[in-house]
Amino acid sequence: MPQNEYIERAQKLHGKRLDTEERARKKAAREGHKQSENAQNLRGLRAKLYAKERHHQKIQMRKQIKQHEERNVKGNAQEKEPTNPVPAYLLDRANPTTAKALSSQIKNKRAEKAARFSVPIPKVKGISEEELFKVVKTGKKVAKKAWKRVVTKPTFVGPDFTRRPVKYERFIRPMGLRYKKANVTHPTLNVTVQLPILGVKKNPSNPLYTQLGVLTKGTIIEVNVSDLGIVTASGKIAWGRYAQITNNPENDGCLNAVLLV
Amino acid sequence: MATVIPPPSKRQKRENLELSSTQQDVSEPTPDAGSFRARILDDAGEPIIDAVEIQFADASEKNLSTLVNTYLGREQDDFLPYRFDIHLPGKDTIVGVFPSSLLSLLQQHGVTAASETIITLSARPQAVFKVRIASRQLHKIRGHTQAILVCQWHPDTKIKRLATGSGDGTARIWDGDSGTPTHTLKGHTSWVLDVRWSPDGTKLATGSMDGTVRIWDPQTGAPIGKAMTGHRGWVCSVAWQPYHLWRDGEGPRLASAGGGKDDNTVRTWLVNSGRVDHVFSCESGVTCVKWGGTDFVYAASKDKTIRAWDAKAGTIVRHMKLHSHKVNHIALSTDYVLRTGFFDPRSQSPPATEEEKVKIARERFEKVAKKGDKVTELLASASEDFTAAVWDPINMQDKKPIARLQGHQKAVNHLAISPDGTLLATCGWDNHAKLWNAKDGKFLHTLRGHVGTVYQCYFSADSRMLVTSSKDTTLKIWDVRSGKMLKDLTGHEDEVWAVDLVGALVASGGKDTTVRIWT
Repeated sequence: MPQNEYIERAQKLHGKRLDTEERARKKAAREGHKQSENAQNLRGLRAKLYAKERHHQKIQMRKQIKQHEERNVKGNAQEKEPTNPVPAYLLDRANPTTAKALSSQIKNKRAEKAARFSVPIPKVKGISEEELFKVVKTGKKVAKKAWKRVVTKPTFVGPDFTRRPVKYERFIRPMGLRYKKANVTHPTLNVTVQLPILGVKKNPSNPLYTQLGVLTKGTIIEVNVSDLGIVTASGKIAWGRYAQITNNPENDGCLNAVLLV
Repeated sequence: MATVIPPPSKRQKRENLELSSTQQDVSEPTPDAGSFRARILDDAGEPIIDAVEIQFADASEKNLSTLVNTYLGREQDDFLPYRFDIHLPGKDTIVGVFPSSLLSLLQQHGVTAASETIITLSARPQAVFKVRIASRQLHKIRGHTQAILVCQWHPDTKIKRLATGSGDGTARIWDGDSGTPTHTLKGHTSWVLDVRWSPDGTKLATGSMDGTVRIWDPQTGAPIGKAMTGHRGWVCSVAWQPYHLWRDGEGPRLASAGGGKDDNTVRTWLVNSGRVDHVFSCESGVTCVKWGGTDFVYAASKDKTIRAWDAKAGTIVRHMKLHSHKVNHIALSTDYVLRTGFFDPRSQSPPATEEEKVKIARERFEKVAKKGDKVTELLASASEDFTAAVWDPINMQDKKPIARLQGHQKAVNHLAISPDGTLLATCGWDNHAKLWNAKDGKFLHTLRGHVGTVYQCYFSADSRMLVTSSKDTTLKIWDVRSGKMLKDLTGHEDEVWAVDLVGALVASGGKDTTVRIWT
């Protein structure tokens, strides 16, 4: 492990070797020989690791070559007729495919009042306060009264949150269990995108959990969907949308949610 | 027993009510602000009145309008409403909105000795009728199973029939008053890309993705003749020959534009026999075709140029090259009068005889197009190269446009010239519409408000409003004088691709497969 930038410092103080560039060129020129030698002569675990790395490199190389080849082809590869009807002025136009294709089917569903309040996971198991909070008993005063709690489940903490002084901090939300992003699935498009969380709308177990931003299965969160380009009925770009968490984040280490439309 | 005062009589009660309900005029009589000398110009910039003394107190738009009408010797019944633009003396600026106090406006702009300068006012005649603003949704009509690609109202404002073309391969005719379907026109095997009523309203032409043009009888919903085949690509635009050019014995003609990669032709058809009259070709696919009032067929093409052919002789007469990318749309200053033919919104019923119909259609065309003894039909083109241009194809001498309109930040998709031929509206992919002076291409306003691509724009019949449809699922109505939004029509659930308006009725359709009528 290098301690500090001692190479840069030495170069700044004394300059580089006079033959630095030539050495680098030669080293690069011998790279192929070196690789070949390694490939032939390495044995055991080293060979496995080397082969894996080389395999990965070759995939990248082939991809790049393919990209260059595609770039060199002149003209349109093939003119495909669009499958969905579009007016004459949109024909022949390379429309960026947006994830916006909200079919009117879902929209009709939304128009129905009943559909508006149904969520994918209607019932979730309640979480007791004993399960969620761990009592902190460190420190003389704290141990005597034991009023301090650590939240044992994942939480969402807003970007501008600062912890309160130790004396006043009743609930501790551990850094390791904080989440900023959720993998949100659009139910009809079947696309999953990672979106930033804006807030916790409702944790069905307890209003206190909502306040603390506890993320458990069935919690309704608000996510930032501005990337998807969804437009509201009045023609504004939709920004925040609600989603419901579908997994147990404390077990999985990630946050999966389904968008409510 | 004490004397009781009789209850107030009916008259007393009425007078008391009036006294308490109406605002009393407590304003001071305005002090004598003096007078100014005004020079009033007409539309073309020629002086109507060279110099006339007007009191500042009397200088309202209504009074000035009366003055101009009297000066031109019109009878009371023929009075036209005028709007006045104020040219500020010593400056280039023109104020388009007439203030409540002219004197204070002049003082605001630093004109001190207002009573000693001659102030130039240009008078713009307005339509004698006024179109009501559509403000609410009247009907939401389901029926089409696929997106609606185009809609157009019947040329007669009183009939209120709407034709729509859809991605499900049918065109439908709706009754605008009741919002009920009248006919479903089945026959095309692919999307219906264009629907056009003939200028007399007796026929309907549809152009389709399957490369055919079909003619329908809107009364019965039955096809007239067979499908007109010939195009090898899709038919993206059709245009009827203007009514006053229909030749005796031959009936109307129709022009259709072929898009797609195999077909670069404009075909004109004899509608009654289904025969091809002429085939004109471009170097690349055609995007839009229009039939002018002097029997010229104009076509915009992806080969960056606009061509004009003489439909009678079948020869090319103009080839307009300017744009550096494909031309998306063209509009004529006579679009509205040619489309409505002899249906004058002011007259109670259409004329009875054939000669009268042709005469009225011709008169209406000449009223817009004829200046002196010269016919000028302006053509505006919208291009993918972010610009639009205004041309005078009939009197063009040097192959140059009248003006090139620069200002859009992305491709211009659609444009329209107001029915009176004075204003031009463009809209496009940069999410706003712009208003220009159609005669010289001067920029007037940017209409901001949409948050998605603005697909189409149309003027109302009185040229006072503009309707725009957008990708952001809304329609917006704009006041062309101030450039302000008057109304936001929300309700569509997806992109609005087609819009048209007749009288106060606005019809729209789009990706959500419903036709909506707003009033």
